[in-house]
Amino acid sequence: MDSNGFTIKVNGCEVQATAEMSVAAAIMTIGSPCRTSIHGEPRGPLCGMGICMECRATVNGQKHQRTCQLTCRPEMEVVTE
Amino acid sequence: MKSDFDVVVVGAGPGGIASAAVAAEAGSRVCLVDDNRYPGGQIWRGLHPDVPSKNPHGREFAKWMERLRRTPCTTLTGTQIIDHLAPNILRFERESKTFDLTYRKLILATGARERFLPFPGWTLPGVTGAGGLQALVKSGLEVRDKRVVVAGTGPLLLAIAAGLKAAGANILAIYEQAPLAQLIGFGFTLMSHPGKIVEGLGYAKKLLDIPYRTGRWVTSAEGSMQLNRVTFTDGRRQWSHDCDYLACGFHLVPNLELPMLFRCEVANGYVTTSELQQTSVPNVSCVGELTGIGGLEKALLEGEIAGWFAAGHEDKARRLTGQLRAFRNFALRLDQAFKLRTELRNLCQPETIVCRCEDVAFCKLQVCRSWREAKLHTRCGMGSCQGRICGPQTEFLFQWRCSSVRPPIYPARLSSVAEMPKSGQSETEEVAQV
Repeated sequence: MDSNGFTIKVNGCEVQATAEMSVAAAIMTIGSPCRTSIHGEPRGPLCGMGICMECRATVNGQKHQRTCQLTCRPEMEVVTE
Repeated sequence: MKSDFDVVVVGAGPGGIASAAVAAEAGSRVCLVDDNRYPGGQIWRGLHPDVPSKNPHGREFAKWMERLRRTPCTTLTGTQIIDHLAPNILRFERESKTFDLTYRKLILATGARERFLPFPGWTLPGVTGAGGLQALVKSGLEVRDKRVVVAGTGPLLLAIAAGLKAAGANILAIYEQAPLAQLIGFGFTLMSHPGKIVEGLGYAKKLLDIPYRTGRWVTSAEGSMQLNRVTFTDGRRQWSHDCDYLACGFHLVPNLELPMLFRCEVANGYVTTSELQQTSVPNVSCVGELTGIGGLEKALLEGEIAGWFAAGHEDKARRLTGQLRAFRNFALRLDQAFKLRTELRNLCQPETIVCRCEDVAFCKLQVCRSWREAKLHTRCGMGSCQGRICGPQTEFLFQWRCSSVRPPIYPARLSSVAEMPKSGQSETEEVAQV
């Protein structure tokens, strides 16, 4: 129930987040897709529950993280793939 | 922490929590494991058991979590099951660490996921599952004043639309593919059913000003980088809505990967169980949506039955089975009421992507005769979701049986797959308890 906000960086943009917010929600907030498909299409979250893998992005340097299953932490750096 | 348990429960939704709480109260050493960060599964997602709630779901969740916490049950969240190494040994991965647990009784409560169907434009960002958008909103996505169309099929569309509206979304319409005549039978079932699933009727009031239209379905979504327009039909004419999100799901399918890994018998899409929730495999039980999509109360009841039985109290389990038949019947009738219309098989254009992981187009699959052939020739279902999304689609589109589940059942680190099983004390000592 931490309502104290902080910012994280998504593709260099500062996004207001809370410790309750998923990284996927933060990425959608800036209107960015999460990943690029093998044929180059933009993709965003579909299932919201960790199954479809469409929300994968690089978080703190770790690639292919399922961002709908990860919550925001202060100073997190997210880069879409 | 010990790594050997009497009962391991996989899945911490209502069915898993009830199983674990009851078995632990009866004196078994229980471990409850879930992939998600928090217990609660899908229906209790985003609720906080420690915060007083006006929401009846919130109160029920709090009640069960309190019961669970009064027991010495070990609860591991953020933990993925990777493999079944040998009879009675399971391998898990948590925060990039691998560990093994042994069990005598295993209860699977892996729940269900939405069924998605492909149509032109369904891969655009902004097209989400119906439950998918709800889950994203529960995890902090702001939808205030966003234009949303809710579509697909199933009783959850109403609950989802009510939730999105409460979060400030501008719901343009709810489109249910099932024809009204097919739903009327379901309506009678709702009235005659004593359970909380009748809550669906309560949503009607909240949704009064939103059109709920039956016999209507999506045909395409448009946009360049992001959805901006979606088109519907009733089979005769077509119309479009400009919108920010299309929340579209076609009822639910059970997460059968784990029961199938254990070779539990599956019939008509669900795990076959006895009235004591036993599967065809000794010492493996299944509860909740795995045995039929029936919602919260069925999952809780089946969890209690499985928990008592796993703890060796068959008499107490048997006492609860009398109520089971009504719930199981209800699940069957739900499937009939929301049966998918055949027109939904004809939405794809040749180039429409079906397998999103490997970008496999509809036309590449049309020439295949089976799921296996499609996997070998097109890589359909071979990507990182491992067929979880395209499998149920191709079952509907081509009547394929998508039956091959192989470990690791989630993408895992190579070392997690390769390490030898550990016995006795393990890295689980380092794992924090919830």
